[in-house]
Amino acid sequence: MTIAVSLTGITKRFDDVVAVDDVSIDIADGEFFSLLGPSGCGKTTLLRMIAGLEFPTAGTIEIHGEVQGLRPPDKRPVNTVFQSYALFPHMSVTENIGFGLRMKKVSESEIKARVDEVIGLVQLTGMERRRPEQMSGGQQQRVALARALVNKPEVLLLDEPLGALDLKLRQAMQFELKELQQRVGITFVYVTHDQEEALTMSDRIAVMSSGKLLQVAAPEEMYERPANRFVASFIGETNFLRGEVAAPGRVRIEGGIEVGAHTESAPGTAVMLALRPEKMFLAPADADRSAFGPDDTLVDGEVLRKLYMGDHLFYEIRLVGGAVVKVWEQNAPRVLKHDPGAKVIVDWRSEAVTALED
Amino acid sequence: MADLADTTAIAHHERDALVESSRTGFLVASPAYIYLIVFFAIPFLIVIVYSFASRSPTGATRLENWNFDSYIKLFDTVVVQVVSRSVWIALVTTVICLVLAYPFAYYLATRDRRIRNVLLVLVMIPFWSNFLVRTYAWRFILSNEGPVGTAVEWMGFQLNVLFTPTAVIIGLVYGFLPFMILPLYAAIERLDWRLVEAARDLYADGWTAFRNVTLPLTKSDIIAGSLLVFVPSLGAYVTDTILGGAKTEVLGTFIVRQFQAARNWPFGSALSVVLMAVMLAAVLIRTRTGAREV
Repeated sequence: MTIAVSLTGITKRFDDVVAVDDVSIDIADGEFFSLLGPSGCGKTTLLRMIAGLEFPTAGTIEIHGEVQGLRPPDKRPVNTVFQSYALFPHMSVTENIGFGLRMKKVSESEIKARVDEVIGLVQLTGMERRRPEQMSGGQQQRVALARALVNKPEVLLLDEPLGALDLKLRQAMQFELKELQQRVGITFVYVTHDQEEALTMSDRIAVMSSGKLLQVAAPEEMYERPANRFVASFIGETNFLRGEVAAPGRVRIEGGIEVGAHTESAPGTAVMLALRPEKMFLAPADADRSAFGPDDTLVDGEVLRKLYMGDHLFYEIRLVGGAVVKVWEQNAPRVLKHDPGAKVIVDWRSEAVTALED
Repeated sequence: MADLADTTAIAHHERDALVESSRTGFLVASPAYIYLIVFFAIPFLIVIVYSFASRSPTGATRLENWNFDSYIKLFDTVVVQVVSRSVWIALVTTVICLVLAYPFAYYLATRDRRIRNVLLVLVMIPFWSNFLVRTYAWRFILSNEGPVGTAVEWMGFQLNVLFTPTAVIIGLVYGFLPFMILPLYAAIERLDWRLVEAARDLYADGWTAFRNVTLPLTKSDIIAGSLLVFVPSLGAYVTDTILGGAKTEVLGTFIVRQFQAARNWPFGSALSVVLMAVMLAAVLIRTRTGAREV
């Protein structure tokens, strides 16, 4: 694996605020890598440091093995797609896209050829002479993308590029971006606060909070095996149950009930169980308990609320121990519905539950 | 059909509302209109009328025998010299103001709010005292006996700058520099710095980014500031009277001389009309080019 971007011990302080706190990540060549976190978590600052628009207070940034140090943005082999695009309002689409090549003193004929090619790539043919203000948000977004891509950067940095688009267009662009990235084979470092966007597009995701790096993992691993409570609650919906490891693979929760869970912690450790609402199933209280497999955990409960959500049903269940959990059940023909007040069995597979140490 | 009737009714309604709102607008603006008509438009019309008047042998203005003599006189060598000197002095003043103001406005706009406000107040403090008094102060500063003059003399030279075009230009730059700083400051302050970052990201070094992004995006305010300096410099009277001499006569002093010493009111009026026309042309060019900007 060739490493495109290597961050080692990156810290950024603004006056007395620590925006990025000792972050180390290696991003592979050709990877679609997302920096995910709530606003103010330091992800954009991290991106800006790779671009050279900010300099780290401590730590080293290497791009393809070259230490960047205090190298200014114009001397780095990266380009940025800015949040809200930052298109030059006094230039046409062609002039905007050709800007980087012109600065690099590429010949006019080559500029024309490459600009034409990238305009085709992002499907902006026919818009060449327009000014940014004469275009829709989606079109402006494509210009911003083309303006960066045309320079064939070693790494493309994207700062919430889809943030300003409406939902439908954003979803369409997610696929398009992913496809584009695979086609051009450029390393993408993608900043977003939208966990769904990160999950669907990325090869790997880094979750950040308050300047700290919490977990780096592929989307599936990130979702199935969150490293801590923040990651578990930031990505998707999660129920948390307080408990204590009783034996390997067994956790005792409120009410003294022992349940199965994925855990490597030693017995006696206080843990927090993370259960996804869609990984739990409901059965009537009088169902045949011997029909469940050995890996199933069965807990009795009572339906508190039922909400009809269209494609699924949302339940709030009080477990016998007293804890309340959210459960989603698919709105499919064979799935039984349970009304509030009904006694049910809540069932989950041990490996679907992660025990997190606090 | 009913739909059509409805839409026409709505259209009428909208038009009535428009007429109504423009009427209110006019009412609100009317004090200013009246002021401008009484104290600007009517006097200026009188000036235009006088410019076609004739003179008695003693020099008194006669509102009869209307003629173009005053306008023909505009092409006299003396007049052409005065006009070109005025334009030249105003141009040099404008260029110096621009060169001084742009870096300062840039510096000002990029400070944090507290420092910025202090500096802005400093820029405006001169307005708190009388322009005439301040210009007299410059007369002392620039005189051979003044601080600069003494220092220069001590080094074995003579300053001899007072009553020269240089002194007038120094006075004008001093007087009108804030008019250049303020629009430029406003322009740079509202500049979208992400555009400059984008240029830097696209391989432009600091200077190239400035030339390709900052400068073009503040162009219309450069023109605005230049006009704010050029137009009053062209008509300057006080500065030239106090800091200039016989050899630096400019339009302002020349016009006043026609009304006073020379007792040639029609010619003075014609000169005023020309000055007015030049300024109006400059402002018109500005509005035209301004309209084409973003």
